[in-house]
Amino acid sequence: MNSPECQVIKLTVRNHPGVMYHITGLFSRRSFNLEGILCSRVGDGTNSQIYLLVRSDAYLEQVVKQLNKLHDVLEVSLMENCDQTVFTMIPELVKMQ
Amino acid sequence: MMYSGAEIIVKMLEQQGVGIVTGIPGGANLPLYDALAQSSITHVLARHEQGAGFIAQGIARSTGRAAVCLATSGPGATNLITAIADAKMDSVPLIAITGQVSSDLIGSDAFQEVDMYGLTVPISKHNYLVGSVEDLLDILPEAFEIAESGRPGPVVIDVPKDIQIKTINIEEWPRLREKNKGGKPDDIKITQAADLINRSQRPLLYIGGGIVNSQAHHVVRKLAYKSSIPVVSTLMGLGCFPTDDPLFLGMLGMHGSRYTNYIVNKADLLIALGVRFDDRATGSINKFCPGASVIHVDIDPSEIDKIKSSNVSVTGDARAILERLLPRIHQRQRLEWEHYIAGLKRRFPFQMPGKNDLFHPINIIQRLGNLADADAIITTDVGQHQMWVAQSYPFKAPRTLLTSGSLGTMGFGLPAAIGAALVNPGKRVLCFSGDGSLLMNIQELATLADWQLDITIILFNNGHLGLVRQQQELFYGRNYIASKFQTNPDFAGIARHFGIRGYNLEDDKESIFLLHQSISQPGPCLVNVPVDYAANVYPMVPPGKAIYEMIGGEGHE
Repeated sequence: MNSPECQVIKLTVRNHPGVMYHITGLFSRRSFNLEGILCSRVGDGTNSQIYLLVRSDAYLEQVVKQLNKLHDVLEVSLMENCDQTVFTMIPELVKMQ
Repeated sequence: MMYSGAEIIVKMLEQQGVGIVTGIPGGANLPLYDALAQSSITHVLARHEQGAGFIAQGIARSTGRAAVCLATSGPGATNLITAIADAKMDSVPLIAITGQVSSDLIGSDAFQEVDMYGLTVPISKHNYLVGSVEDLLDILPEAFEIAESGRPGPVVIDVPKDIQIKTINIEEWPRLREKNKGGKPDDIKITQAADLINRSQRPLLYIGGGIVNSQAHHVVRKLAYKSSIPVVSTLMGLGCFPTDDPLFLGMLGMHGSRYTNYIVNKADLLIALGVRFDDRATGSINKFCPGASVIHVDIDPSEIDKIKSSNVSVTGDARAILERLLPRIHQRQRLEWEHYIAGLKRRFPFQMPGKNDLFHPINIIQRLGNLADADAIITTDVGQHQMWVAQSYPFKAPRTLLTSGSLGTMGFGLPAAIGAALVNPGKRVLCFSGDGSLLMNIQELATLADWQLDITIILFNNGHLGLVRQQQELFYGRNYIASKFQTNPDFAGIARHFGIRGYNLEDDKESIFLLHQSISQPGPCLVNVPVDYAANVYPMVPPGKAIYEMIGGEGHE
């Protein structure tokens, strides 16, 4: 279930409590759109991976550039053609517990 | 050897070459101050943390190196906020080290606890809440590297009190980190840019603060001369190109001269160097240089195509890029373009006040500009006086104008002047201010009295928030509200009671002598200049209009 208007940005970030605020704060203060967030730690927990569901609008290039400027963001990549279903399935994932 | 967190911070500041820090002690940063007492670093005690923040900015803006301010937790930290935000907006390298309540109290609403990390996320280049003493060894050098690298900016380090106190054993100190100048510029794009310049008929250099930061002013001048390209500057770029140079067309934008803004509109190629197309410079962006191709050079990739899309863009250090560009530029004259510009200059010159209007700020500014040494440093506050200085002070070198450009912080001028004077002994510092602005950080007169610095405060006193009054006159049907002060203090008397010479400029022959004296006698002084409250800054581009749609400034009214 892919929406053509949306894309996923994959971030590798330093894993600490403030990093999510740096990212969501960027979206709110620059009035960028943010449709969904998924986050999990990777490996030994030094870094995390964050997946952002964003709208493919004219601001997308600016979003990526601004994310690249954040010191705690180590890597930014725009995922073409990825399956976005997981963003709509989160309630079911939690129900399974 | 065992070192406490506070000692580590002080040691690493010394290692960075920091000679002066400024701030105010309080409960949560007392361990840091305790360690500072044993250090070679000079501490300048401000009277309000915002003053400390702007003193540090005065140091940073006049030297280009990161400067340090200190505050305690809670109100001390929040008082720094405006100076940090100001540094972010104007790309100033600033290190703010704040005390925080002890780690075990964080989150408990403890006395003088405030979430400084959270508060400074949107207004700093980067920020830290220090989690352990060991982390300081990485954080301090990294903070300086971030503040000074690429596009400079403020870095906040919030240090819980227990981490300042805890000791660890240190055998070897980390090495200094290199300042990152940005990667190698794209050669193909530089060739494309050169090609556009060589083919253009009416090119224009549009320069800003990035030229100051990359020390590219010499190469900008060579480029302008080689290809006969006129130059306009933003507020932040003033000083990079000598004001009296025939190729210099002054500041563009909201309070640019008529001829300047008309010429900008006629360019067929805009060579934008270290600028970010700020709305005060461009007016309505859709009507800004509609017929021009754009070359954009900036160290911050996110500025490229953010406001105005470019035909060719080169990301990186402006100086490095221009040095590669220069050999590819053909030497040429542009007689037709020069002729056109000369015509516009004749038809729409900058309107000077009458020579007999002795106390018109522009006349005072120019008189002081002629009297002061070429290396004098000018600071301003924010408002009409700031724009009059930008329009008419004869700047000759970069880093001689320190002004709050983007955030537009009233109260900036006096503490910034103190910071500049502290690190520029032998140079006169002139602080142009207004009665509204000066009162916003007037307590720093006490700091100035402590240090007896060579600062002259020229106070243009019109008893109003002048630029607010002007906008109410022009855009709010003369519905004046809250722009006139009901009382106005005796500023010369205030200065004297702080221990600083204070003068009132009287309307007589003595006034020229007094002005001369104010910048030649050692030590600080304040000169109160009574100004006609009805004097407006012209021309002015109304909000939302194109820069060629100015009001005022056509001729003598």
